Amino acid sequence: MTMDVDFSTLATHGPDGARRLELALDGMTCAACIFEIESALKAIPDLTTARVNYGDRRLSLEWTAPTFDFSIVSERLRRMGYRARPFERESGERAERETSRRLLRCLAVAAFASVNVMMLSEAVWLGGDMDATTRDFFHGVSALIALPAAAFAGQPFFASAFAALRAHRLNIDVPISLGVLLSLAMSVYETLTHAPHAYFDSATMLLAFLLLARYLDCAMRRKTRAVAANLAALRAPAACRLDADGAQSYVPLAALAPGDHALVRPGERIPADGVVLSGDSSLDESLVTGETRRRSVGAGDTVYAGAMNFDGALTICVLAAAGGSLIDEIERLLDKATAARSRYRRLADRVARLYAPLVHLAALCTALAWLLAGASLHDALTTAIAVLIVTCPCALALAVPAVQVAASGALFRAGVLLNSADALERLAEIDTVVFDKTGTLTTPEPRVANAQEIEPELLMLAARLAHSSRHPLARAVAREYPRAAPLEGAREEQGAGVVAIVDGIEARLGDPCFCGVERDCAAAARDESSVIAFRHGERSAALVVRQTLRRDARDTIDALTRRGLRIIILSGDRTAPVEAAARALDVAEWRGAMKPADKVARLEALRAQGRKVLMIGDGVNDAPALAAAHVSLSPIDAAQIAQAAADAVFLGEELAPIVTTVDAARRARALMRQNLALSLLYNAVAAPLAMAGLLTPLIAALAMSSSSLIVTLNASRAGRVSAARELEGARARSPRTDGPNGSGRAGDESRDGRRVEEEEGIVA
Amino acid sequence: MNVLLFLVPLALLLGALGLAAFVWSLNAGQYEDLEGAAARALSDDDVEDGR
Repeated sequence: MTMDVDFSTLATHGPDGARRLELALDGMTCAACIFEIESALKAIPDLTTARVNYGDRRLSLEWTAPTFDFSIVSERLRRMGYRARPFERESGERAERETSRRLLRCLAVAAFASVNVMMLSEAVWLGGDMDATTRDFFHGVSALIALPAAAFAGQPFFASAFAALRAHRLNIDVPISLGVLLSLAMSVYETLTHAPHAYFDSATMLLAFLLLARYLDCAMRRKTRAVAANLAALRAPAACRLDADGAQSYVPLAALAPGDHALVRPGERIPADGVVLSGDSSLDESLVTGETRRRSVGAGDTVYAGAMNFDGALTICVLAAAGGSLIDEIERLLDKATAARSRYRRLADRVARLYAPLVHLAALCTALAWLLAGASLHDALTTAIAVLIVTCPCALALAVPAVQVAASGALFRAGVLLNSADALERLAEIDTVVFDKTGTLTTPEPRVANAQEIEPELLMLAARLAHSSRHPLARAVAREYPRAAPLEGAREEQGAGVVAIVDGIEARLGDPCFCGVERDCAAAARDESSVIAFRHGERSAALVVRQTLRRDARDTIDALTRRGLRIIILSGDRTAPVEAAARALDVAEWRGAMKPADKVARLEALRAQGRKVLMIGDGVNDAPALAAAHVSLSPIDAAQIAQAAADAVFLGEELAPIVTTVDAARRARALMRQNLALSLLYNAVAAPLAMAGLLTPLIAALAMSSSSLIVTLNASRAGRVSAARELEGARARSPRTDGPNGSGRAGDESRDGRRVEEEEGIVA
Repeated sequence: MNVLLFLVPLALLLGALGLAAFVWSLNAGQYEDLEGAAARALSDDDVEDGR
């Protein structure tokens, strides 16, 4: 199945007339692929540059000639076994990239300054017989380095502190900025008055440490985002656009404009919201509404992006602002929920709110106490400032981000991509988990539910036959043996089934009437499922196709219950299938037929009871609920709008990452608290020293750097995230609990093998 | 100690050169793909075959 997708619409125009296109690459496994791809593309005429970014798994192309034909590139890549899909960098990712560059630049300057100032300071501390002129010279040089460096590298902190103060709030950057500025000001004064102590080294070292932590935090998030964007680009299907002259061309979804006509064949998803112009079909809208029953549509009906087209080809007209009430309502709910979300106050900021007034008060008391004891104003002030310098929250500011970097890196390797910075903190607080049913607890695509009752040999043959059809039901059968070879000479009869000759006998797969086995299938048909028949000579089978529970759904729910979490299922599907799923999973609290607004209302009610809810969902209809919950997760095959609303996305076909995430978040929170305690302990030791006037720059430097190192080392323990042990055990005991993955079948092995490959390709 | 008047600025100048080189390489995009850069060092596409 090849299609020439016209991607030129996504290219960006450079100032010199050059065009650039970025592609997400799938299938790169090792470094040798870089050279293979680049040398293969070098030979293409008109292509000026082709450069692979191995870390991000991306390829960027540049060309100037208008004659350049992109299909040559995609064809060449395809023949080498790579899949390439262009994508537009979303603005969030671009901003993140700018921030990370800016932080790295600041870090470089701060590190340069701190190393050089430290070199000069050490000479002052250790050179006991140094004469006053040399010392002043060293201090002067230090000032010349430290002042411009701090003015440049301190900007991220000063800006954030200033913004917080203007909003009448205190955040962790306020005491940091104050400490840096005061230590610089005092050091300049001391240098001018030829005094023996200057704190230039403390100020620059502090900035270097903190910038390092922020840069790593930012870099980790950027990498996660890049991977998520790649996955989205690789999964995004192309739409078949019908031009005015009736010609068909495949274009990326973003290129579909309102008013365009698009053709949707059976087995494809509706590319954009629109109105049916012609054709009759039934749609599976489970990704949109959570409803598993199919809806019949004909000319004039409104259809939503993401719905799976089942029976017939549809021609739709793309609508501008999706006049449909459903999407409008979801957008409205989503805006409201997102605005409410920003109320969350981060752990570090909560600590800073208590900490900052405390140390400022301590400094004031120190100054007053020294004045009362008869010290000069100068001595009293320098002691007070020394208190502020030594309590400048270096370790405190590292305590949380250091853990975040280690934990989100470990989760990344475990296949969980965190979207937001404070998701870990919020995840650790949850006491209730709300699941959506369709696509979350169940597999997003339908499966053969009674696979284990059918002879493996017969099922294998059916799967081989099914590989020749694009019909969603046939694909469910094909999925049983994804690597099976398609049958030669198979022929599809539109709307009926597939037929082929095997061993001289005719084999048919499809509608029960088409196969002539209506009677057998009538028994198998039940409310929820579709029945597809298979006949090979005298032997026949009725295959029940429906969305089955994910295979570790039960174990995951059990594991979450054991962690003391309350489990609730809220689904947009009808009550009967929701009840069946809830019973199978042994979940007492469930509710079906919920509209997006009902879900949000239920979550609000839980919040009012003081519950912290983790929402897990995948559908368009879940998006507002995902944004309204305390914290939210989405599987990777979720609708785009749902993924954007979720705090984290997990990869793979299993739910186990949920348990891993909860465990990792709780562990991370424990470490964050330990770190906060450690840094407060450091202050409890160092502050009295400063108050007593015993602090010298040497002691300050030693105390600050050692406390920062201890906190960072402790945080690195968050990097060891292990998959939930009991789930591993459960899987080992019974390889299949639900779903069609029978153990010991060839299909099972290849499916798992492929999944692992996919994940490694993404995460490595 | 007059030699310090000369040596300290010299040391700083060398350090500043290093910093400038780093900022230049950062702006030139050399830190965009660290994993790829590690692998590219092994590439021998710039070596002539000698034929």
